[in-house]
Amino acid sequence: MKISFILNGKKIEIDAPPDRRVVDLLREDLNLTGTKEGCGEGECGACTILVNGESRLSCLMLAPQLEGQKVTTIEGLASAEKLHPIQQAFVEFGAVQCGFCSPGMVLASTNLLQKNPNPSRAEIREGISGNFCRCTGYQKIVDAVEAAARKMKI
Amino acid sequence: MTGREIPKIGKTVPRQDALSKVTGQEKYAVDYYARDFLWAGVKRAGVPHGLVKKIETEKAQALPGVIKVLTYKDVPGTNRQGVVRKDQPVLVKEKVRHCGDPIALVLAQDIETLRRALDLVTLCYEPLPAVLDPEEALKESAPIVQEENPQGNILLKGNLETGNVDLAFKECDAIVEASFKFPHQEHAYLETEGGYAILKEDGILEMTVSTQTPFRDRSEVAEALGWDQEKIRIIVPYCGGAFGGKDGVSVQTLLGLAAIQCPNRPVKMWWDREESFLASSKRHPCRLHYRLGAKFDGTFHALAASIYYDTGPYDHLGGVVMALGLEHAGGPYQIPNVRLQAWSVYTNNPIGGAFRGFGVPQVTAAMEQMVDMVAEKINLSPLEIRLRNRVKKGGKNSLGMNLTGSVGLEECLIKVREHPFWTEKEKWKSLAGPFRKRGVGVASVMQGMGYGPIVPDYGNAKIELTEEGRFRIYSGVVDMGQGNATTCLQIAGHILNQDSSHLELVLPDTARTLPSGSASASRTTYTFGNALIEASQKLKHRLLERAAGLFMAEEMEEIELRPGRIKHVPTGKEIFLPDLAKILDESETVATHTFQAPVAKEFPTEDQALKLHGIPHTIFSYGAHLACVEVDELTGEVEVKRYLAVSDCGKVINPQILEQQIQGGIAQGLGYALYEDFIVQGGKAQTRNLSTYIVPTSLDVPDLESIPVEIGEPSGPFGLKGAGEIAMDGPLPAIANAIADACGIRIFRSPMTPQRVFKALKEKEEGNS
Repeated sequence: MKISFILNGKKIEIDAPPDRRVVDLLREDLNLTGTKEGCGEGECGACTILVNGESRLSCLMLAPQLEGQKVTTIEGLASAEKLHPIQQAFVEFGAVQCGFCSPGMVLASTNLLQKNPNPSRAEIREGISGNFCRCTGYQKIVDAVEAAARKMKI
Repeated sequence: MTGREIPKIGKTVPRQDALSKVTGQEKYAVDYYARDFLWAGVKRAGVPHGLVKKIETEKAQALPGVIKVLTYKDVPGTNRQGVVRKDQPVLVKEKVRHCGDPIALVLAQDIETLRRALDLVTLCYEPLPAVLDPEEALKESAPIVQEENPQGNILLKGNLETGNVDLAFKECDAIVEASFKFPHQEHAYLETEGGYAILKEDGILEMTVSTQTPFRDRSEVAEALGWDQEKIRIIVPYCGGAFGGKDGVSVQTLLGLAAIQCPNRPVKMWWDREESFLASSKRHPCRLHYRLGAKFDGTFHALAASIYYDTGPYDHLGGVVMALGLEHAGGPYQIPNVRLQAWSVYTNNPIGGAFRGFGVPQVTAAMEQMVDMVAEKINLSPLEIRLRNRVKKGGKNSLGMNLTGSVGLEECLIKVREHPFWTEKEKWKSLAGPFRKRGVGVASVMQGMGYGPIVPDYGNAKIELTEEGRFRIYSGVVDMGQGNATTCLQIAGHILNQDSSHLELVLPDTARTLPSGSASASRTTYTFGNALIEASQKLKHRLLERAAGLFMAEEMEEIELRPGRIKHVPTGKEIFLPDLAKILDESETVATHTFQAPVAKEFPTEDQALKLHGIPHTIFSYGAHLACVEVDELTGEVEVKRYLAVSDCGKVINPQILEQQIQGGIAQGLGYALYEDFIVQGGKAQTRNLSTYIVPTSLDVPDLESIPVEIGEPSGPFGLKGAGEIAMDGPLPAIANAIADACGIRIFRSPMTPQRVFKALKEKEEGNS
């Protein structure tokens, strides 16, 4: 079936079977491999994307659910010449190790700061608790989100 | 590494891989797709022990979209793989030895067809009684897992003894005894095992895989598949986590087999989480029986330990893991009378393998609790007893070996003693609130670095001045997330005085980079870094000499290497590096250096097998950990409120990367202590996904304080020692000791779940009433 939606600011139309998982549609059909898959059952958060600004798990969504929606993947978060402040903070504060959780973690953090531009560390921990990271122990991720929140207010 | 600054040793340099990872641009091994690629997948046995009668593939073969269904008959080589012993089949022929054993390999046009086809492959088998308990496995009546092994179910056994243990126990004023039991721990890296391969027209089998060991994998693939090693190329992008779980073959041989059966067709294999849990190696489950004796003054006098590692059905790295555990079983203490015995035992449980700490977390978890138990018995502070018995540089360790490398344990323990978490602990504990108890626990840790005395532990660095005037570093050691790629650039940039715009990196690729061993054993930056320092200096001297000739300089001091150019200081003349590169012969633009790590000169044993399996090490990192926990008396839930790790990992090259390693290790250790339980019943995994196997989330890990004590190791690159594993060793015993401090209970096993803690609290209450 034909599905049309806005992907990273551009309107696209794509033919996909109705049971195509969004994570496969993005990775395989659209070559957007920044969206990762870590479990395929909604536990790890690696496949997080933003749908109308809300963080969603693309491994639990089917292609038709994107119809008419505004979708942002990690590839669409930064503008051409400038990183998103959260991405910048992840780089500076050492929030990235193996990096496989990073795209999902950054997008979940984006959603968190949109809802709550001034979160406490505890609120940041709550906000990213659906995204597993096996490398960092989370502290530097919390540091980065905290710093990005400060910067985004200026 | 970003920006135009010259990287300095000892200063945080942001990771050069962070940008591409955080924008989703970095391609991992599982991120490759192409037109017309095939999916390869594996049918697994699903039974722990059985004789193969027949493997029925006809129905799968007949399914439209299925390209091939392969069994052992289709494996052209030895069909054997393994790191130390080649006792594991690529595809099972006669006997199934664990549920994850691969029976058939299916190639299909799409993943749905692949899944359907895998369901249609049937294994007809005759069940055999399974070996499920490592201590039972040693009995004469136990069924045999590996028929060819001359020692029955014993893969490797080791004894280390000093002094007179039996007599010494009679001389002790206080003796404590306990048995411990720790389960499998699953790595749970976010990127499950995967790769992409193609057999090219020129006969080259090219594989892009997520692995810690590209060069070793290449020879294993060659032997197992009967393929010329020179015609195998293994490319390793950044891994999405590994932690030891990608030390050795996972998809490589199967993927290679799939590719050579379908020439010129790209083949992709990517295990889903359940398959990863089922088939991958885990941290060895371990049973430990400990007895520790001390004098009234707190001096350790005698130690005896029997340790059983359940290695599953294949050697993999089970012998070396056991040997490292055995070597570390006495902890970082001087003990004059010691008897340590360990067994690595074949069973039909999941495969035991490398996992951060490599056998050491298990023995540390036991020994460090014993230390607290004996301290309590003679009424000495847990920190004082550790300080009293600590190893010292030039002194002996518990194996009677003289310590020649740097030893900073005393400094670590003193830093803990001075820290407010320790000095103000009584006040903090008193603020626990109703139905809650708080406690503070400590643990000493140590972790040997490298391969030990026999297996050559070398790094081969290569650096090149490119036509564009940049320095290209050929890294032979995988970056699985630990950041060594950045450290390489930092080292070369520092020596060559170049900013990141003049530095490039080639990630491990058997066709381009030089063999440098595995990314494991806390060795990566130590070994490869030492090689890279020399290679960079060689190239620098050569370039300066050539420039000196061009400038007709009288002294070498007149010549300076600057970012992108070389300057003759007295005249102000400059030559740009692209121009210099043009006039150099190709052979002059490249420098290489081999570094071989030092090995111990004395041995605690004459047992050749133990030496071969890595005993002893000569350089150790040390640390002291402190955990502050709060126990809910109504639920048994344990919360880690604060955590401090003081680490002696030598001088620090990049403080941020060291913190990453320490914090990440603590988080995995915290999971091991409180949550992570890979449950195996009757040889079958009961925890098959991340909903039932609980890894710590951001809500479970507190802020972690990491303090390095920077005592230089003379043989290390800029004084560095290994830091990748050590932090994993501390959390379980520190948390267990903190729980004991809070509530007066010990669980003696992990994870210390609310159920177990609650039960222990109840038993204590009943015992008191």
